[in-house]
Amino acid sequence: MPLTDLPLALRPLAGPLPMRQGTADAATWPAAAHAVQEAGGRLVSLWGKTGACASVAAAYAVREGLVWLELPLAEGAATYPDLAAIFPAAGRMQRAQYDLLGIAPDGAADTRPWLNHGAWPRDWFPLRAEARPAAPGALQDYPFVPVTGDGVHEIAVGPVHAGIIEPGHFRFSVVGEKILRLEARLGYTHKGIDALFAQTPPEAGQRLAARVSGDSAVAYAWAYCMALESIRGIAVPARAQWLRALLLERERVANHLGDLGALGNDAGFAFGLTRFSRLREDWLRLNRTAFGHRLLMDCLAPGGVAVDLQASERDALRAQCDAVETEVRKLRAIYEEHAGLQDRFLTTGRVAPPLAARLGLAGLAGRASGQAFDLRADHPLPPYDTLGVNMATHRGGDVAARVTVRFEETLESLRLLRAMLEGLPAGACLSALPPPQGGSGAGWVEGWRGEVFVALELTPDGQRIERCHCHDPSWHNWPTIEHAVMGNIVPDFPLINKSFNLSYSGHDR
Amino acid sequence: MWNVIKLIARSGNLSEPAPQDTGAIEAEARRIGAELLGILGRAVAIRELDAGSCNGCELEIHALDNPYYNVEALGIKFVASPRHADLLLVTGPVTRNMEQALLRTYEAMPRPRLVVAAGACAKDGGIFGAGYACRGGLAGLLPVDAWVPGCPPEPLDLLRGILAAVGRLKTGQVEP
Repeated sequence: MPLTDLPLALRPLAGPLPMRQGTADAATWPAAAHAVQEAGGRLVSLWGKTGACASVAAAYAVREGLVWLELPLAEGAATYPDLAAIFPAAGRMQRAQYDLLGIAPDGAADTRPWLNHGAWPRDWFPLRAEARPAAPGALQDYPFVPVTGDGVHEIAVGPVHAGIIEPGHFRFSVVGEKILRLEARLGYTHKGIDALFAQTPPEAGQRLAARVSGDSAVAYAWAYCMALESIRGIAVPARAQWLRALLLERERVANHLGDLGALGNDAGFAFGLTRFSRLREDWLRLNRTAFGHRLLMDCLAPGGVAVDLQASERDALRAQCDAVETEVRKLRAIYEEHAGLQDRFLTTGRVAPPLAARLGLAGLAGRASGQAFDLRADHPLPPYDTLGVNMATHRGGDVAARVTVRFEETLESLRLLRAMLEGLPAGACLSALPPPQGGSGAGWVEGWRGEVFVALELTPDGQRIERCHCHDPSWHNWPTIEHAVMGNIVPDFPLINKSFNLSYSGHDR
Repeated sequence: MWNVIKLIARSGNLSEPAPQDTGAIEAEARRIGAELLGILGRAVAIRELDAGSCNGCELEIHALDNPYYNVEALGIKFVASPRHADLLLVTGPVTRNMEQALLRTYEAMPRPRLVVAAGACAKDGGIFGAGYACRGGLAGLLPVDAWVPGCPPEPLDLLRGILAAVGRLKTGQVEP
């Protein structure tokens, strides 16, 4: 049954993107998930809230836009229908919501704690307004799924890894060098950001949102601002809209440059790292000069952007796009012609398109596995609507395909950046904020890794944040990596992992 | 291969002054490197540990390895094991879920051992503060030899912090 035929009372949600909000009951909750899946839609995020109007919420991406469904939970009720059988990515999201809120899916197959490592009691829930336990508890071991058989042994890695990366634990079950199974345990960087939002003034929330995942500061800040502006009916000046897109593309290029170098390095090609890390450093230094921050943190503000682009910097930005493009094209040819690199990239860590669709593989990794979704192309906001975005898609699904998508997206972003610098409208770059107003709104932005989603609910007077849920595409992609590595050799894991480059912080929040 | 050699030959030594900076950053980095070698007489080995950062600090620590800062040439190397490390470089607000791993890493280091707290979060929790999930920085948990401000700290500030910590060895301020 199509989504629109279900009694969900869908109503449009204010904001620049096509979004609707509706209310489900215990019967229509799974029915809606089925309807979305049958129509080729995907689950974006799942979260919840407690208190007087406790509910569980889901955001779906369908062809027409985004659908935000709420399932109100009756007084004292703590369960809701499980969605993990329909959308596997829901499994960990539901486990996380239990750890934070104490609401659990009915009859779920996996009820192991996810964010709660034992630092707080299993029957105390951080997002409920209950007194905090006096002292943190001792951390608990995690019951990984055991793999047994002749010659099978386990390799335990993390949370502290050998390199300069974020913490997480990987448990490999291997025979010789071949990976039979990988199971990740995440949550080590859980900072309680959802609880922190409740103490943050709505006008300052973008600072916290930008630090959900530092490599996606612009994407998160934009999504947060979009949600707040939708609630309060704030119009963003055209110049600010263009500058936000410009910052988002600079963030995308910076990350792709860094990762393309690291991918070369992980395949034993240090030359690639040297060249790309030099380009990235040039890029970050110009960020600092033009926008005041190397990683572009705090450049966005509700109502527009906090930093305007000076005319003198515009030429520098344009010249840099040209210089970087020349170099990236040369490096791309070198990567493609390098037999040793291609030998490591091709067929490694493959996620075939049907599996990617089943698991909801998001963002650039999804596009490398035939999942042709890119918000900039699917629901373009200004300036993407006039500039047009050529979406990079491939069906190979291996490291090579993800490398190709990164090269293509880098070049496309450079084209967009030049067009943005050319057509940047004049005028103000920050609107005055109208008086506070309550309500709910959402932000949805195609960050470099994938779609970033923010669901924001303010108290009726608009003075406080009641709930702010930030979703990272890593929620979908971490479970997919566990499939991508099966049958590969252990030394290829770092390469596969880097080709996705998922956020631990964005996932753990 | 020919293309690789051609590109290397054309661009020469990348540790030269960067275009926009008149070389001030690189000059300072070289000065710090010389001082470090003067104190230790060998390279300083660093174990980096993310105690719950947003990953912004890690991006900037990574930048130290790029050809502009080129820290390996300055006598600063990042090592995989705490048993090989002189210095623990910590980022993040120290989440409750990372506190134990942090302490175990520190315990595994040989003495004398230095600690640098990098970024606003490692100082006092920064924007994440202290709460049910965060301890709120390193104060009171480990003896910190240098605090590096910034959100995230820029690469040169990280180098200054590393030098400040190593300098404490010379003045005998670190317990053996």
